Amino acid sequence: MREVVIALVPGILVYALVVHWGVLVQCLLAVLFALAAEAVMLRVRGLPVKLFLFDYSVIITALLYALCISPLTPWWINLCGILFAVMLVKHAYGGLGGNLFNPAMAGFVFVLLSFPADMNVWPAVYSLHSGSPGLLDTLALIFSGRDSIADIDAISAATPLTHMQSQLGGMNMIGEFTTDPRYGLVAGTGLEWVAITFLAAGLWLVFRKIIAWQMPATVIATLFLVSLVFYGFDAGVYASPLFHVFTVSTLLGAFFIVTDPVSSATTATGRLIFAAGVGLMTWVIRSWGAYPDGFAFAVLFMNALVPLLDHFTRPRVLGEAVDN
Amino acid sequence: MTRTLHRFSGGLHLDTHKHESRDVPSMLVPLPGQIILPLKQHIGLAARPLVNPGERVLKGQIIAEPEGYVSVPVHATTSGVVRDIGDYHIPHPFGIREPCIVIDADGLDELFPIEAVTDYAALTPQALQEIIRDRGIAGLGGAGFPAHVKLKEGVDNAVDTLIINGVECEPYITCDDRLIREKAMYVVSGARMIRHAVNAKHCVIAVEEDMPEAHDALAGHITAHDDIELVRVPTRYPAGGEKQLIQVLTGKEVPSGGFSINIGIIVHNVATAAAVYRAVTRGEPLISRYVTVTGEVKTPRNLQVLLGTPVSDCLKLCGYEDSNDTRIIVGGPMMGTQVRDCNIPVTKTTNCIIVRRKIPPIQELPCIRCGRCADVCPVNLLPQQLYLYAKADRFDETRQHHLFDCIECGCCSCVCPSHIPLVQYYRYAKFEIALEEQRRQGATRAEQRFLNRKRRLQQRQEVKQKQKAGSTTTATESGDTDADRKAFVRAAVARTRSRKERGTDR
Repeated sequence: MREVVIALVPGILVYALVVHWGVLVQCLLAVLFALAAEAVMLRVRGLPVKLFLFDYSVIITALLYALCISPLTPWWINLCGILFAVMLVKHAYGGLGGNLFNPAMAGFVFVLLSFPADMNVWPAVYSLHSGSPGLLDTLALIFSGRDSIADIDAISAATPLTHMQSQLGGMNMIGEFTTDPRYGLVAGTGLEWVAITFLAAGLWLVFRKIIAWQMPATVIATLFLVSLVFYGFDAGVYASPLFHVFTVSTLLGAFFIVTDPVSSATTATGRLIFAAGVGLMTWVIRSWGAYPDGFAFAVLFMNALVPLLDHFTRPRVLGEAVDN
Repeated sequence: MTRTLHRFSGGLHLDTHKHESRDVPSMLVPLPGQIILPLKQHIGLAARPLVNPGERVLKGQIIAEPEGYVSVPVHATTSGVVRDIGDYHIPHPFGIREPCIVIDADGLDELFPIEAVTDYAALTPQALQEIIRDRGIAGLGGAGFPAHVKLKEGVDNAVDTLIINGVECEPYITCDDRLIREKAMYVVSGARMIRHAVNAKHCVIAVEEDMPEAHDALAGHITAHDDIELVRVPTRYPAGGEKQLIQVLTGKEVPSGGFSINIGIIVHNVATAAAVYRAVTRGEPLISRYVTVTGEVKTPRNLQVLLGTPVSDCLKLCGYEDSNDTRIIVGGPMMGTQVRDCNIPVTKTTNCIIVRRKIPPIQELPCIRCGRCADVCPVNLLPQQLYLYAKADRFDETRQHHLFDCIECGCCSCVCPSHIPLVQYYRYAKFEIALEEQRRQGATRAEQRFLNRKRRLQQRQEVKQKQKAGSTTTATESGDTDADRKAFVRAAVARTRSRKERGTDR
């Protein structure tokens, strides 16, 4: 699991460089909160703290969670999500190996639903020069919250997915959005580079045989194919397959979240169905849902189906029901 | 005709560790001072002792007879005096004691007269089975299934293929390799005899790809007339498992919960074939076997060991010095069992003795459902789910997940990143289920007893009530009932008397 943490580092750095350095603060806070929460829960449950605290599992949870939330998220929201993820989603279900839901995704969705206004404050990408929040503004946002900033709209901006959704909601066409400077090459200025870094890190993990290629490939292929069909059907209201695939959440999720063995199906067939389901549900929620991004919801939805998947995809045992 | 080989799913490429012992010629172990012969060295019922302490026995004499059909006799492996019949430690994962016959060797090694058969082809399959049973032959591959039972199955059912298994897939073990190289003729001749006994259409002798010398030795004894196929199968653990070997050679699957004979196949180990040859043409009972002694010893090699020889004698012969930082494993590294006591005897199923360095206990971590175990399982089980259910004592679910199809090969434990000794959980679950079955049978019996008693009491009550009713309503007939009673007593006395007389007659 240590390699997974290492593989996340380049993506985080690129994120900090091209989008906003606030992500480093979020990562740091999330990891500290998570370690504290984990230590408390291990102690409460009477488990050896030393053995489990630094097994990297809770650190991965914290980093994935921190990458999902905005770099400008207030610290108490960060804390709420982490406490929910570690104490309830992970330990209340039996700790490492026992949790039904992915803790990082559940923590993220918990704060997304609980604090919708704060969770929607995203910084503008540096390269767009549209007034990205400076040092003081950032620290004020993180440590005192939204109310401490006089004009919040001056320093925040919609993410490409949010922007696209609001554009479409305003009866505009995709074409008008793709000419917007923040669209970048295919999936958002700056952000697409973050996505590509996660893709490279994910491929490295595949190469090192730490994760299997089947699940990420299935997620990406499903998302690509579904969006291709609808893009071909009406390119005016459905985003291009490349836009869907090169979004940060898709590539981070496909290689680092879907591949979490604990909360995904455990049979080979079950895993493929799980991955395909995540790809499909992500597209459905992004295109037709109320939330701009659907990856976390898609993962949680498929998590809930895991017991069923495992039950119905048990492989045929050697010599079982053969007609000789 | 070359046979197209198939693949079994899962499995592992293991470090074979065969070179340590495979190229050294085998050595005869000198006569030990004392021989300990367990009455049960095979699957089935234990044999029943025929000798008493103090009695002198000869080498090759039957000292315990088979009990029931799935059982084989035990032969004295040297001449001497029976010292004791009692419980001694045997090679077993739980370190239990089982009934054994202990013989003090007199050093004369005097032979019991034996009878050889010159022309096996003239014998009926039944006669051949009798001989094989009388000579105490149990499968020498590891499970110890009585050989004659497999032969009888073969006679009763149509046998398409007889497989002689020389695929020694577990690391470290080279006893079959050595046996083939030194006694290839025995193996081939034994194969012919078994084939004759079961009337098999095809006969295949299989060895592993990394046993070229053994292959050549066998090829030298197979004639064109034989119509025996010699096949080399790829080296992958557990290719030598019966179900896996059948799959590799024929592409067929042994039905879950069934036996290979259900699909017309019989598998015997090469050492069993060699033992059959010796039993038939020389009349020799099964009293010795090849055993690999390897690992942390000065001279790893194969030994020809008289059954009942203490493991410690074999170890000493290979230059083993007792020390605190080694552990001793009887059997292979994957499926063998660690033993605490070196004075346990070599039995019919002891194929290997490994000395290994002690390793500090590794902390067992939680299962993260990574599924590597499922990838390597040769039976396509879901070890991670089985583990979960076994740990939670949910035995119905373990059965639904085919616990009893597990061959305990240990591939899953070997790859587990959380160091979970999975096979131990499965053994535990199997043990608990067997226990539960016994308890249930006991409970059914108790219930039956209870119901019977209830019925008896009820009947008694009814009779009493009838009698009461009878005595009040038919008081005038009391004289008759009195006479009846007297007659009843007389009859009872007569019965008892006749019973006593019969008893004294005996």
